[in-house]
Amino acid sequence: MTANYRLNHLRELESESIFVLREVAAQFENPVLLFSGGKDSILMVHLAVKAFHPAKIPFTLLHVDTGHNFQETIDYRDQLVERIGANLVVGSVQEAIDKGMVREETGFNATRNYLQTAVLLDSLEKGKYDAALGGGRRDEEKARAKERFFSHRDEFGQWDPKNQRPELWNLFNGRKLYGEHFRVFPISNWTELDVWQYLAVEQVELPSLYFAHEREVFKRDGMLLADSEVLPRRPEEQLEKKMVRCRTIGDITCTGVWESQASTLEDIIAEVSIARQTERGGRADDKRSETAMEDRKKQGYF
Amino acid sequence: MLNTLEHTELLRFTTAGSVDDGKSTLIGRLLYDSKSIFEDQYEAISQTSTKRGEVGVNLALLTDGLKAEREQGITIDVAYRYFATPKRKFIIADTPGHTQYTRNMVTGASTANVALILVDARHGVVEQTRRHSFIASLLQIPHLIVCINKMDLVDFKEETFNQIKEDFSAFSHRLDVKDVEFIPMSALLGDNVVDKSTHMDWYGGSTLLYALENVHIGSDNNFIDCRFPVQTVIRPYSDEYHDYRGYAGRIAGGVWKKGDEVVVLPSGFTSKIAKIDTYDGEIEEAFPPMSVTMLLEDDIDISRGDMIVRENNQPEVTQDVEAMLCWFNEKPLQPRGKYAIMHTTQEARCIIKEVRYRLDINTLHRDEDNREVKMNDICRVQLRTTAPLLTDPYRKNRITGSLILIDEQTNETVAAGMII
Repeated sequence: MTANYRLNHLRELESESIFVLREVAAQFENPVLLFSGGKDSILMVHLAVKAFHPAKIPFTLLHVDTGHNFQETIDYRDQLVERIGANLVVGSVQEAIDKGMVREETGFNATRNYLQTAVLLDSLEKGKYDAALGGGRRDEEKARAKERFFSHRDEFGQWDPKNQRPELWNLFNGRKLYGEHFRVFPISNWTELDVWQYLAVEQVELPSLYFAHEREVFKRDGMLLADSEVLPRRPEEQLEKKMVRCRTIGDITCTGVWESQASTLEDIIAEVSIARQTERGGRADDKRSETAMEDRKKQGYF
Repeated sequence: MLNTLEHTELLRFTTAGSVDDGKSTLIGRLLYDSKSIFEDQYEAISQTSTKRGEVGVNLALLTDGLKAEREQGITIDVAYRYFATPKRKFIIADTPGHTQYTRNMVTGASTANVALILVDARHGVVEQTRRHSFIASLLQIPHLIVCINKMDLVDFKEETFNQIKEDFSAFSHRLDVKDVEFIPMSALLGDNVVDKSTHMDWYGGSTLLYALENVHIGSDNNFIDCRFPVQTVIRPYSDEYHDYRGYAGRIAGGVWKKGDEVVVLPSGFTSKIAKIDTYDGEIEEAFPPMSVTMLLEDDIDISRGDMIVRENNQPEVTQDVEAMLCWFNEKPLQPRGKYAIMHTTQEARCIIKEVRYRLDINTLHRDEDNREVKMNDICRVQLRTTAPLLTDPYRKNRITGSLILIDEQTNETVAAGMII
């Protein structure tokens, strides 16, 4: 009898994520969803829409805009917000630089990735948000493999890997002291392949950057980077036209692009299934040192 | 290609054991031989192996932890790892197995379908084996796979395998485990992990990966006793859905259909299911572990923490709870102490009225003389709660039978409980 009562792995992951999203709505007063324009945060928004249907999602969307985003990301974001009727708050790195709150890196490898942390923490404080939903996944990076669904942050927004609450069954302890907040990762258990498979099954619309397109690129440290006015090239770095796509989308200055012919979600799944490099292999921000992610997380990064 | 996904199941398993058992090597081997390792990861561990002067690539490094851990030579509780075959997607809860980490094993075990128990073929069943097996049984993991590892160091001898099997069975009959399988292997050489060993013709059983792909998990959920803890109430307040009032939650037990007569607890009001709703439309049947929204025919005041059940099959409504506790916190259990308690979607306060006994998890001896409960201890307690809880025995339902205690000053989760 029970043989028919089985969920496949994508439906089980979906159900788990919806449960976590509903817990956040129930346990916190003012939760916010961190929206980057990448596929993981698009997935998170899609799951949130499903979790609270037919009501609107009970989360404000927060986008930390480095000012160095792909235009496609911004267009996609604005259309999505319009479609689901959500509130959008933008934390601007450019504004923080102009005000002198943070100082911009200089040189060829300059990136605003690190400045995001300060702007994120500032935006969380200004909005008095007590929980921030992030699209982090445990398969992404070793510092994420030990992350909780409900990740406690102290009043400085810091992650202390030694002081995290044990998580058992489906009991999520979101209690906190005044001034502290939580980062919550509803898609912790999804892998890159799960995300793509699910987005395909659900026919979720995605930014064009994820599909193969022709673009002027150049090579640096074994990665391909997109040509952009915010990304100065060294003399030996020559532009070439190639068919490329993004596997992750972040700030232009640190998002590597991959040579690819994948023009549909099915093509992407086929490509990811046989990929021999992790998706973060194209992220310059992870390449700075072996513990780059762990160090950033401790400071309050996503 | 997407159609084949319809049949891919999710299996969660936990591995307990210390570095010496070859646990990291085993996980590394599973990931590597199932082709779940990416080139950049392999390159990184290959470089580290060379740097450390090791012969060959040390697959154990794949599970190497954080800088904070390496610096202090410790492992911080549970790390989750992922791999997949065309048949199943696997989530590994990888926990360190030293004595002081009982709590980590309990955490990893709480959601697992299968536990891998590692035994070093040279040493056989040791204290740690007993401890891990006991925790697996306490947490009601439905399936155990005893991995008798390092067979290469005992010349792949069948007698060694049989002896360990016998020793294990001799004590495991005292435990509450239903399904045990034994596999002789060498994680280092890859024998019987993913590929069949060519050194042990006497073994007619399956490899570890085959066992993981085929263990029957279809009945791990409770499909008999209908339990629906309400997480939150969905009220759109829009013109289109003016009177919509949906109860959102995840099915904790039973199979539900439209038209079913239900009782709402603790109020006791009765009604019928008007609709089982999802974003993708109304569904005919709902079962664990689906997340759905239920609509009832009558307007009843229902909120988070309430539970929808069937009239002829109800949980216990009680303020007196008997439970086995695993203590998680450095600050010992305070007898007569007050704690916050979380059970399903309900929160209340409770007092620990009595510690009945402390359990020695190596000998299973019930110590009634020394009832001081410290971190990593397991004990039986009597709790009194400020509000009635809607409970089932943990043996019957892992969701409605589990609870956590929270320190009201620090907000830390200090204990995990299994209701008796």
